[in-house]
Amino acid sequence: MTSLAFENVRIEYGGRTAVAEFTDTVKPGEWLCIIGPNGAGKSSLLRAIAGVASHKGRILVDGSPLTARSSRRRAQLIAYVPQSPILPGGMTGREYVLLGRNPFVTHFGNETAHDHSMVNDVIERLDLSEFATRDVDTLSGGERQRLVIARAIAQEAPILLLDEPTSALDIGHQQQALELVDKLRREHGLTVVSAMHDLTLAGIYSDRLALMHAGHRVAHGVAEDVLRPETLGEFYGASVRVHREDDGTIVVVPHRVSGL
Amino acid sequence: MTSTSEVAVTHTAGRWWIIGAVVVLIASLLVGVMIGPAGPQWWRVPLEFVDRLPFIDVHSGLTSTDWAIVWQIRAPRVVLSAIVGATLSIAGASYQGVFRNPLVDPYLLGVAAGAGLGATLVITINRSGSSSWLIDPLPLISFLGGLTAVLITYMVGTLGKGERSATSLVLAGVAVTSLATAMQTFILQRNSDVVRQVYSWILGRLSTATWNDVRLVIPYVVISTIALLLHRRLLDVLRVGDEEATALGVNVGRVRLVVVVAATLGTAAVVAVSGLIGFVGIIVPHAVRLLVGTSYRVVLPVSLLFGAAFLIVADIPGRVLDNPAETPIGVVTAFLGAPFFLLILRTRQVNR
Repeated sequence: MTSLAFENVRIEYGGRTAVAEFTDTVKPGEWLCIIGPNGAGKSSLLRAIAGVASHKGRILVDGSPLTARSSRRRAQLIAYVPQSPILPGGMTGREYVLLGRNPFVTHFGNETAHDHSMVNDVIERLDLSEFATRDVDTLSGGERQRLVIARAIAQEAPILLLDEPTSALDIGHQQQALELVDKLRREHGLTVVSAMHDLTLAGIYSDRLALMHAGHRVAHGVAEDVLRPETLGEFYGASVRVHREDDGTIVVVPHRVSGL
Repeated sequence: MTSTSEVAVTHTAGRWWIIGAVVVLIASLLVGVMIGPAGPQWWRVPLEFVDRLPFIDVHSGLTSTDWAIVWQIRAPRVVLSAIVGATLSIAGASYQGVFRNPLVDPYLLGVAAGAGLGATLVITINRSGSSSWLIDPLPLISFLGGLTAVLITYMVGTLGKGERSATSLVLAGVAVTSLATAMQTFILQRNSDVVRQVYSWILGRLSTATWNDVRLVIPYVVISTIALLLHRRLLDVLRVGDEEATALGVNVGRVRLVVVVAATLGTAAVVAVSGLIGFVGIIVPHAVRLLVGTSYRVVLPVSLLFGAAFLIVADIPGRVLDNPAETPIGVVTAFLGAPFFLLILRTRQVNR
């Protein structure tokens, strides 16, 4: 299992500060869920870990800085599921999952028999056999999402990043996708960092929440500590009620203020 | 078990396409040297080739003049057509991959405009046809013109502080193309006596091909082709976009640079000896994609082979029709290419 640490991480795009200062430590095997309003810096943080956006400060994987590694080595450690992944039309499901093996293939080389059997295994375990030979263009949103997760799993990286993994899915598919991630993380001992908008789901699936606002981490802890009506009101500008179910689940419900 | 065999099936399909394309290319090469306005009867030519193989003796009935026509006039032209077609097609397919845009052609970053400007300069300055040059300056200067234009495009396109995005490169290519074309127009406007010569260069020429032209381009074309073929798997990874490819461990900027340099080198070399033969770099990869699917692992080699065959065949009408005033090859490629393309597009849509 692999740990992930942030030391004063700062991310800027063309003069605009997306993340001002972020410090946190994700324990090996932990699922950290980053929440916060639009533009808080959640995606930027994930993009920086994935090596897609440049950052100041340090992001440490098992104690050594991310920037010290080659992009290939980094990809062996970190798998990234973006918010709106591009699934190239004309590619079959299997060809798409096979892309996840890229970090293990030499620059001018080809996938080995091991890569192919690994991909077949992932496809079988995630129950995607019927999509393996189909053009990814013909798949539904939920099917595509599962394929993208399969690609990330085929990458065999100990750290999994998910940017809004459920935003395009209905409630059933949301649950299925998150259950799948949770199952895989237990099986493989993955460390998971996800950005999510649905606060109830974020609370249910993650071990810990980090609330970001305007590029800062303004609150963190277990769901019960972070998902409070006052906190959400202050940083989301939202009016919500928070219920606590008998099993400890924290449920966030929008609340309409009368007379508004 | 079934899934393993499915992988094998996909791979075998690609292999069969490559084998089929090799057969088509060999057939085109043969037909190319067999047909011509003057010379021996067509069926005698293959016999003569067989006769020239070691340990085989066949009477072909070819005179030494016939052989000279076949080997010194037809063969270099056919081989050069093959090289030009192959290079423009694989370069086009690679550009399309690296810019993730199927409408891009190998002239995108200004190689054609730069080469055209170079050729115009040489033709204008060298009007008298001075033979005092040690080497023919026309291909050399147009080659350098093409490379310079792309170099400027790359420098301008990656100048900004932001990421070296494909879009800024394409825009820089448009600007450099316009600039080079404007300079060319300006020169032509002041030297209207060379317009005809420059125009015939622009329309493309294979008619004056010699083995010397083939020797001239071969080194660049071989380097370019090998470099591009080595990147065919990475071009498949790039299809998920710059960001995801980066997250998958690809150094996108470097791959794009190497592919652009390799494709440009080959394109500039063939443009230098053959002029601007349009349509090939877009139409061949497109047609190939419709036939074999979208994976660059198959698209690149098959485009290379079919591109070579396509230009040999496209050159045949120019050689036999209205001889000796030849139809420019660029015109023929457009005439042959457009309907062929529509036909494939149509049949594929019906099948789907």
